[in-house]
Amino acid sequence: MFDWLSSFFTTFLPEPLVAVIIIVIKIVIIMLPLMLCVAYLTLAERKIIGAMQVRMGPTRVGWRGSLQPIADAMKLMFKEIVIPAGANKFLFIIAPILSIAPALAAWAVIPFDPEKVLADVDAALLYILAITSIGVYGVIIAGWASNSKYALLGAMRSAAQIVSYEIAMGFALVGVLLAAGSMNFGDIVEAQAGMGFLSWFWLPLLPLFIIYFISGVAETNRAPFDVAEGESEIVAGFHVEYSGMTFAVFFLAEYANMILIAALAALMFMGGWLSPFEGINFNLLGIAFNLELWFAWVPGMIWFFLKIAFFLFFFLWLRATFPRYRYDQIMRLGWKVFIPVTIVWILVVGIFVLAGLPPWWN
Amino acid sequence: MNPEINIAQYITYVFAAFSLASALMVITAKNPVQAALALVLTFFLSAGIWLTLEAEFLAITLVLVYVGAVMVLFLFVVMMLDINMAQLRAGFIRYLPIGLLVAVLLAVLLIMVVGPAHFGLEQFAAPTRHAADYSNVRELGRVMYTVYVYPFEIASVILLVAIIAAIALTLRRRPDTKRQDPTQQIAVKRADRMRVVDMKAEAKK
Amino acid sequence: MSFEIPDVMPALPEIFILSMACIILVVDLFLSKTSRGASYMLSQATLIIAVLITVATFSEASVLSFSDTFVRDGIADVLKIAVYIATFMVFLYAKDYLKDRGLFKGEFYTLGLFAVLGMMILISAHNFLTIYLGLELLSLSLYAMVALHRDSIQASEAAMKYFVLGAIASGMLLYGMSMIYGITGSLDLAVISANAANVSDNIVLIFGIVFLLIGVAFKLGAVPFHMWVPDVYQGAPTAVTIFIGSAPKLAAFAMLMRLLMDGLGSVSAQWQDILILLVLLSLAVGNIVAIAQVNIKRMLAYSTISHIGFLMLGVVAGTEEGVSASMFYAITYTLMSLGGFAMIILLSRKGFEAEKLADFKGLNQRSPWYAFLMLILMFSMAGVPPFLGFWAKLSVLSAVISVDLVWLAVASVIFSIIGAFYYLRVIKIMYFDKAESSEPIHCSKDMSLLISVNAFAVLLIGLFPGGLLSLCLNVVSAS
Repeated sequence: MFDWLSSFFTTFLPEPLVAVIIIVIKIVIIMLPLMLCVAYLTLAERKIIGAMQVRMGPTRVGWRGSLQPIADAMKLMFKEIVIPAGANKFLFIIAPILSIAPALAAWAVIPFDPEKVLADVDAALLYILAITSIGVYGVIIAGWASNSKYALLGAMRSAAQIVSYEIAMGFALVGVLLAAGSMNFGDIVEAQAGMGFLSWFWLPLLPLFIIYFISGVAETNRAPFDVAEGESEIVAGFHVEYSGMTFAVFFLAEYANMILIAALAALMFMGGWLSPFEGINFNLLGIAFNLELWFAWVPGMIWFFLKIAFFLFFFLWLRATFPRYRYDQIMRLGWKVFIPVTIVWILVVGIFVLAGLPPWWN
Repeated sequence: MNPEINIAQYITYVFAAFSLASALMVITAKNPVQAALALVLTFFLSAGIWLTLEAEFLAITLVLVYVGAVMVLFLFVVMMLDINMAQLRAGFIRYLPIGLLVAVLLAVLLIMVVGPAHFGLEQFAAPTRHAADYSNVRELGRVMYTVYVYPFEIASVILLVAIIAAIALTLRRRPDTKRQDPTQQIAVKRADRMRVVDMKAEAKK
Repeated sequence: MSFEIPDVMPALPEIFILSMACIILVVDLFLSKTSRGASYMLSQATLIIAVLITVATFSEASVLSFSDTFVRDGIADVLKIAVYIATFMVFLYAKDYLKDRGLFKGEFYTLGLFAVLGMMILISAHNFLTIYLGLELLSLSLYAMVALHRDSIQASEAAMKYFVLGAIASGMLLYGMSMIYGITGSLDLAVISANAANVSDNIVLIFGIVFLLIGVAFKLGAVPFHMWVPDVYQGAPTAVTIFIGSAPKLAAFAMLMRLLMDGLGSVSAQWQDILILLVLLSLAVGNIVAIAQVNIKRMLAYSTISHIGFLMLGVVAGTEEGVSASMFYAITYTLMSLGGFAMIILLSRKGFEAEKLADFKGLNQRSPWYAFLMLILMFSMAGVPPFLGFWAKLSVLSAVISVDLVWLAVASVIFSIIGAFYYLRVIKIMYFDKAESSEPIHCSKDMSLLISVNAFAVLLIGLFPGGLLSLCLNVVSAS
């Protein structure tokens, strides 16, 4: 499709410009569905948590509330943006942008199947780590520029928390890097191929997988690590002064980040677009269960999206289940539990790789 | 000249110009937080320059380590401090002449030394571009763990010492803070707290 | 991927010290406050074993390893052994001082051992990278040790000054190194030496050398980059001052030698004049300003500056004889400075720091023995024959004269005669002034023994300096 497009554009545009246009089109193709997903993730959240708490969730707008996100978006767009007195205007406005930009920029290196990736970068894993680590500036700047005590407190908490969990997260990714021997997501996924869900990295890297996901929850400031918002103590933390579209952008950023973390978890620990039944066929009671063949028609992208959905469900489940951590407990968990565990497990993974432990390394 | 290289060159210049501007902002900003943020921007733009120089790994690590961690903590501290900028600026005019003198001298020296006369393309030919499948990370890793393994290990020891030093210097009890000691509280005897005094009954007048 | 595993055997002492420092770090975590002595004993044992290892594997031939970033030769071995012994003495001297002031922590010993490791790396460096990293390892440990006494404002201030100026110096050093790297195209000292000769008049090279020398002068404490020395010596707890003032000088000499002789020896004409200037200024300022000091730690700090001047004098000569004289001077100075600061620790007690010159008044009446030991040390520092300090100065001066820098030797002698004044004043105060306090001097047996051994070593080696002198000359000419 892109070949056809580019040959069409080259007829009347210079070549470098065409390349840029093609990239922009690709970006739009990724971004639009993503934004839609974000919108409907909010609905899913309200519905799922509602169900867990034996409520209905939104029901009024559209069929069973299916147009609720659209209504919310319209409402937020037309609301006034209030800039508090004494706030630093420039930083106040730029903060939400800074928080959403990295959340979207990270998608550049996420492959959807072996071919479909915007930028097939060698150091993709590092790029993800670097880009996602910038997101915290949105929160910090928002907290500071608001000229409000609660906002500043939220920013402080967030800064300390994110820096602490980034280390554990980074170490978890080192484990993946070690296991796959590459920082390119395509290679990482390919390294997990072979025996279906058994050959994915979640099994040999189980502690790292769990720590990665929990750190991801902490990095996105989601419950039970949402002390940066802490609506019951510091009203809404860093975005207490934000209204209208500026607030909506923070909201978008949070959900886009959730989807990103879910996608990364799926790519690095759950085999990305690989079918869980790959290479799995066995005989049971005389019937040949050739699961690989039965599910061969499912495109890889569908598996990938299913895995993302699975992790997103976890995010919501966690929120519905756990009370918020106390700040010092968050710190203790990050520094005294996660970091030592990851360091030890990296060593273990190193030994696994050296020993060529089947079925992952042979 | 190859147009592609040309574009890359222009991108480098844009990054360089912006990083100079933001570096200037670091030292002219009115507010320390703004100065720190400008520094973040400077790091980011320097990473951009490195990217155009094919040092992808270093560029990404710069963002990851300096922008993502160091400067966050730095901001954290700067936001907590109540810095009186007026006081800091008080000596500015007084030290300006000597500061300017040193700056000008250094600038002249730098232009004389690192200018194109010694490091221009005549002395050092432009390095050839690597092929597309050249992995920066792999090559760095290779020399780091073979040729430079000894300096690499020393660097790790330095980091260990930094950790020890930081903990040794901060993990302490200030002599002036008051704390409760539960064991002491529990061990308290009646005699420590109250004294029974014999007194004659006094009649109410 | 082909990868040759480097020969780690030459670095055995380094590896041993590093492992032991880590072990002590962990062991110390599990020690209660009362059994902290175990960390001390372990550290001392580590140093003794390190001496044994180094002696057992001693060889005068130089061996390169780790892709030529590491060198082990006779000079390195001798200096390392001196570093172990000096640190051993520091730990012993410092023990009671630390206990009295609530500083008796495991960190003092682990940081101390890491500093030793830094010195060893510096001594065995054969690459700009290892020089820089060793220097940073040493400095970082020292900054932390100075600041270890957190409740003392003076110590914190000293640490801050030390740290900030040290960081600037590192910056200068790195800048100089990067220039030299740019023009010679290598970080390896031998390659630099070979390549620098082809571009000896290049302004970039000279620029690099200037910055390199500024950085080194900062670290050595040579005038005019000496501002931090007196403040740090005075502000740091004496137990740390004694450390800063002793073993690191050996490493500093090694750094100077590696950089200037191994690395830039082929272009000595470019740095010799700068070094002469540093020497003259250090001798002048060190000896003259010391006279005005009433604080003995400050006075010894200025004395350090002047001794650093002498130490550089041998390198100025640039000959084998000169380098070996400098090496002899470094070892000698370390020994004397250890004794001098140990006397300050000896006179201090809980809640009292014997920092003033006046605290030495009438020491002879309080304890004739310790006064006599101090007399030996002061005479030696002043360079009175036949004490050790005299031979050190003599050998350096003869090296300078042999390269026809007679005027420099004469100037040095004049300054050291001026300097003799304040050393002799200490002796005068001890013997001819009346004691202000009659407090008896308490100290543990081991310390008393060691301080006597220390002072008598100064006397005895002074009487028979030939062995150490020829050892220095041998190892220098062998490498």
